[in-house]
Amino acid sequence: MAGDMRSITLTINGRQLSRDVETRLTLADFLRDHLDLTGVHLGCEHGVCGCCTVLLDGRSVRSCLMFAVQADGHEIETVEGLSTDIDKLHPIQEAFSEEHALQCGFCTPAMILRTKELITNDGELSREEIREQLSGILCRCTGYQNIVNAVVSAREKMHDPQVAGR
Amino acid sequence: MKPPPFAYFDPTTLEEALGLKAQHGLDASVLAGGQSLVPLLNMRLASPEVLVDTNRVDGLGGLRRSNGTLELGSMVRQYVLEDDEVVAQAVPLLAAAARHVGHRENRHRGTVGGSLAHADPAAELPCLALVLSAELVARSNRGERVIPASDFFDGFMSTVLQPDEILTAVRIPVPAGNVGWGFEEVARRFGDFALAAAAALVTLGDDGSVASASVALAGVSDTPVRATEYEQALVGTDPTPDNVASAARIIERLVTTSDDIHATQVYRRKVAAVTASRAVTAAVNRARGGE
Ligand code: FES
Ligand code: FES
Repeated sequence: MAGDMRSITLTINGRQLSRDVETRLTLADFLRDHLDLTGVHLGCEHGVCGCCTVLLDGRSVRSCLMFAVQADGHEIETVEGLSTDIDKLHPIQEAFSEEHALQCGFCTPAMILRTKELITNDGELSREEIREQLSGILCRCTGYQNIVNAVVSAREKMHDPQVAGR
Repeated sequence: MKPPPFAYFDPTTLEEALGLKAQHGLDASVLAGGQSLVPLLNMRLASPEVLVDTNRVDGLGGLRRSNGTLELGSMVRQYVLEDDEVVAQAVPLLAAAARHVGHRENRHRGTVGGSLAHADPAAELPCLALVLSAELVARSNRGERVIPASDFFDGFMSTVLQPDEILTAVRIPVPAGNVGWGFEEVARRFGDFALAAAAALVTLGDDGSVASASVALAGVSDTPVRATEYEQALVGTDPTPDNVASAARIIERLVTTSDDIHATQVYRRKVAAVTASRAVTAAVNRARGGE
């Protein structure tokens, strides 16, 4: 695999790390293949499905449409940054589980990260607005109904002082 | 679905970026937000030898309003159009239409200049540049060129940008006077490219008739188009919804996109005329002070 190589340093789920990468390596492949963050799902690899969504400096982006070198110096959050412990789920993960907002789970990491972004930045969205804001991520299973329910429930949980600190 | 190899540069100054474009010309693609170019790379529909990534170039990401002009750096992200107060005040049409550009995740990366230079005929920003009579600023080592949007798009996904040029800014005259705006789009799913989209600016005279109108469409031809005949037909008329809709029949003739998997040409003609008349009616209502 001869190619243009670069050394990059970035923060992933709160941890700073450095790696050497080929410049044509997508951010998605970097996260999955080099860092084992396989919660980043690749559905289409050309920007259509949204399942590869990660947060770049707090904003949702499609990681199949970025190169790892472009993330040099930036902060990335993947679903693994919320919780990987089944007994201590993040309130958004809890909400998705309770509301049956997933079936196969392929779109779920993306939906959860986008939900986190929406709850943090956008305050009180109506159900209609939530749908528009989730339109960039395709779910082939649920029909979206329960995903919208989960976003609403996650928002309530996060605003509850008992769980908000988590 | 992996991009072919390329030589990658991410200069931090415009001079370096222009030097690379001067050296490599057509062999070098500019990587802005990557929302159109990277899919093409991943599908290997494009295989430039060199990528000049402008994301770290200083000075292309700002916006400011001065002397009746809103100037957007070419690397301004599309979500900024949606969120920024200055944009909403100066050119509310742009702020409102921005939410139709892809999905929010695309707009977090996608840029104003990238979309214009990519020149997809069904994309919103090229159509908005036309309706707003924007000017596009292109730089090369040879100097600076200011290109009116009406001269910029010269064929299917093609612009008059030269191989050594980089788009650096867009200047939009801030609409003034008794002017209202409208934007209408029909797409198969929210966030998809438009089957047809129309943007309109309408100025009303003291007697309530149309003093001037600017209407542009996306998705109907090889390039975004201004509906000049429709604009002329509107001027001087009393813009009742009926008058606006019947004059919009002219629009059907502008539609040259042939049948595709999304729509037949016949259907697209109807959709184009309806979106145009709705955009104009919305603009008239806003010019009258309604919402
Ligand atoms: S894998 Fe990135 S959008 Fe589908
Ligand atoms: S749960 Fe299967 S794709 Fe969404």
